[in-house]
Amino acid sequence: MLQYKNHFQKLELLRANKLSLKKNVQDFLTSIAKSKNLNAFNFVFEDCLDNAEIIQKKIITGEAGKLAGMVIAIKDVLSIKDKPLTCSSKILGNFNSIYTATAVQKLINQDAIIIGKTNCDEFAMGSSNENSAFGPVLNPHDNSKVPGGSSGGSAVSVAAKLCDAALGTDTGGSIRQPAAFCGVFGLKPTYGKVSRFGLTAYGSSFDTIGPFSNSVEDTALILEVISGKDEKDSTSAESEKINYSNSLTTDKKFKIGIPKEFFGAGLNQEINVAIHNILNKLKSEGHEIIDVSLPLSEYSIPTYYILATAEASSNLARYDGAHFGFRSKDTPNLKELYTNSRTEGFGKEVKRRIMLGTYVLSAGYYDAYYNKAQKVRRLLKESYDKVFKNVEIILTPTTPTTAFNLGEKSNDPLEMYLTDIYTTSANLVGIPGMNIPVGFDNKKMPIGMQLMANQFNEIAILQLGKVISEL
Amino acid sequence: MAVTIEDVKYIANLSHLKFDEKELESFTHQFNEILTFFEKLNELNTDNVVPLSHPVENVNVFREDVLVSSVEREEALKNSPDRNDNYFKVPKVINK
Repeated sequence: MLQYKNHFQKLELLRANKLSLKKNVQDFLTSIAKSKNLNAFNFVFEDCLDNAEIIQKKIITGEAGKLAGMVIAIKDVLSIKDKPLTCSSKILGNFNSIYTATAVQKLINQDAIIIGKTNCDEFAMGSSNENSAFGPVLNPHDNSKVPGGSSGGSAVSVAAKLCDAALGTDTGGSIRQPAAFCGVFGLKPTYGKVSRFGLTAYGSSFDTIGPFSNSVEDTALILEVISGKDEKDSTSAESEKINYSNSLTTDKKFKIGIPKEFFGAGLNQEINVAIHNILNKLKSEGHEIIDVSLPLSEYSIPTYYILATAEASSNLARYDGAHFGFRSKDTPNLKELYTNSRTEGFGKEVKRRIMLGTYVLSAGYYDAYYNKAQKVRRLLKESYDKVFKNVEIILTPTTPTTAFNLGEKSNDPLEMYLTDIYTTSANLVGIPGMNIPVGFDNKKMPIGMQLMANQFNEIAILQLGKVISEL
Repeated sequence: MAVTIEDVKYIANLSHLKFDEKELESFTHQFNEILTFFEKLNELNTDNVVPLSHPVENVNVFREDVLVSSVEREEALKNSPDRNDNYFKVPKVINK
């Protein structure tokens, strides 16, 4: 059991010498070893123990950074120099990064301790973490259930207390959905808020990097550290520098929009009830609950899967067996080298998405699918802009059901895609969204609720998130 | 519009991927199901809508044109599946 609830408490204990960082890190390493069956980690960095001693000294002499001693796991799609980067794919089985992702470097600069790299769906494509060359990750609340995906290992590492926090990535819900299934906080920032340099590209106009943690405080602190403009990512944005972790407490009464389209027939009743309980409490605290409409919501999944697979098919063209990564032994000529390396190296879902993306971009279909979807993307964005004129927050369920069984949907790709019903909109529109754990269903599986706000308004989500976590 | 097994073979070739007959059949079936679902977008009138390619619409992002070193040759070759000295090595592409 941890002696602290968030990083501020941990730092206090460390400063007062009431907690040994080395022992703390050792305890995490022991827990990881004991929880091997969960399969949350692809790689564990035992040498991080050496760092613990150095950082403890810095804390005592007052030279340590904001995240001093915070033990963080990194999704295995982000680069760390001289460490393996596999994206849970055979095609990158022997790959070692030659530079460090900006988001990870910023954590290290603030004296965080990187404990390892977490399992995920191959190239972040999946909603259950069953598409991994390292095998599936199990949900710590019930090992027969999926943890969600694609950042399943990151969510599990935080839920099972194998580290203090983790970084994940969210292209269509891959932070928020596993956070909901595992009962932890998970924040997808505004597109461009966090530099994508060093993140293996999947859907470049959707990909975001964000934190998993057990508190709003730690979520805010990590966001504050990793965000900002980066020369190495031209799509990273210059946004107002906010000290999120010191701005969480507010007396502000929020205008909260409830879109009826997110509470329709497909929503599990227990989730519906849990969310309405929260809404009643928020109302009695003086927050304004307003019915809003996002009528295009039912189009978000087809729009997302057309555009994301198109971008994926282009991004994954680089895996050709020529310059890096896996190469087939069967290489009679260059064309066969490419084709056989890709055929043997990629898993089923990745191949499916490359094929779908290639199809929607191919001559004769480009206008019918890709161009059409980009137009619908604008309509969706306009519909959100309109709602944000009246409310500051949109509050919805994160997922239509709690965690489903392993194997339950793995043979039906379309059914699996539909599980992203409440999360893909935020990626299409580029806005931030956060999962907040709000209780359990009758099988003791976590229930998640999502807060969304307009682009770069993460502070509103975090402030209301803090209010909700203290209700 | 239905996708045939021949269409799937054509797309596989464009994608530099190979499938056996059984996989091709299953893909053809799944493709038809997924593409039918995609066609739901046709319910919406999008005449005169400008396509949105990026959620945060920037114009141009410029930087100073200064020379900086990037990846060293040895680093770049470190992950190569096969190399010859300072070069990536691939099978012979020109037949004599």
